[in-house]
Amino acid sequence: MEIENVGDVLVAELHGEIDLKVSDMLREALDRALERLPVRHLVFDFGAVTFIDSTGLGVVLGRYKKVAGAGGKLGVTGLRPSVRRVLELSGILRIAREYNSRAEAVRALGGGAADA
Amino acid sequence: MLNRFRLEFPGRPDNVGLARVTVAAFAAQVDPTLEELEDIKGAVSEAVANAIIHGYENSPEGIVVVEGILYGDAIEIFVEDTGKGMENVAQAMEPEYSSDPERLGLGFSFMQTFMDSVSVDSKPGHGTRVVMRKQFASRH
Repeated sequence: MEIENVGDVLVAELHGEIDLKVSDMLREALDRALERLPVRHLVFDFGAVTFIDSTGLGVVLGRYKKVAGAGGKLGVTGLRPSVRRVLELSGILRIAREYNSRAEAVRALGGGAADA
Repeated sequence: MLNRFRLEFPGRPDNVGLARVTVAAFAAQVDPTLEELEDIKGAVSEAVANAIIHGYENSPEGIVVVEGILYGDAIEIFVEDTGKGMENVAQAMEPEYSSDPERLGLGFSFMQTFMDSVSVDSKPGHGTRVVMRKQFASRH
């Protein structure tokens, strides 16, 4: 995973297969970043994700709850059909906004003030 | 029956992926669609993660057994643990029932969406056996 913050948006680029093997590591790394960085919104870039199961989706939803609790929003981008399907099934697409690109997500959530 | 396999491994998180790709490679022998393969990988991932997290409470000593039977037009997958089992299978299978706030409680719901049938046999103190079946779309 690569984490980048652009203005008040934290962008997490996930890679490969997201399941029980990597979920603890992702959760801890994201929680550390959310605590340490002055960010409000969270964007997950799934462009390099080939598989995600409900364990991985639990990490996404748990971070959404943290961000939303502080008034932030969740954006997602880069969804291949199989990833979009499970995001839909889990209800995450009802609470997150989907963007065509990472740059668009950062622009929209960051209010245009912070452009990569 | 066309073919069958049996795989057993300790309940380590790395082995969720092993089970998923093994079953997918096995199912690929009858040339399913990509979507069918994705469904099977998703269902296996959920069942094996449940065995490790709930059956064995993340203890890597527990052994998970995955078996597959391939028919010409269908696959049957068995995922079994000898862990703590469940008192109430019906409740565990309800969408969004979860014993852990960090988890969605969608494991069984995903299995049911991805496969044509899912049945669960569980006994407290003895373990859990999940049987899933998927019919492949006709290729003729």
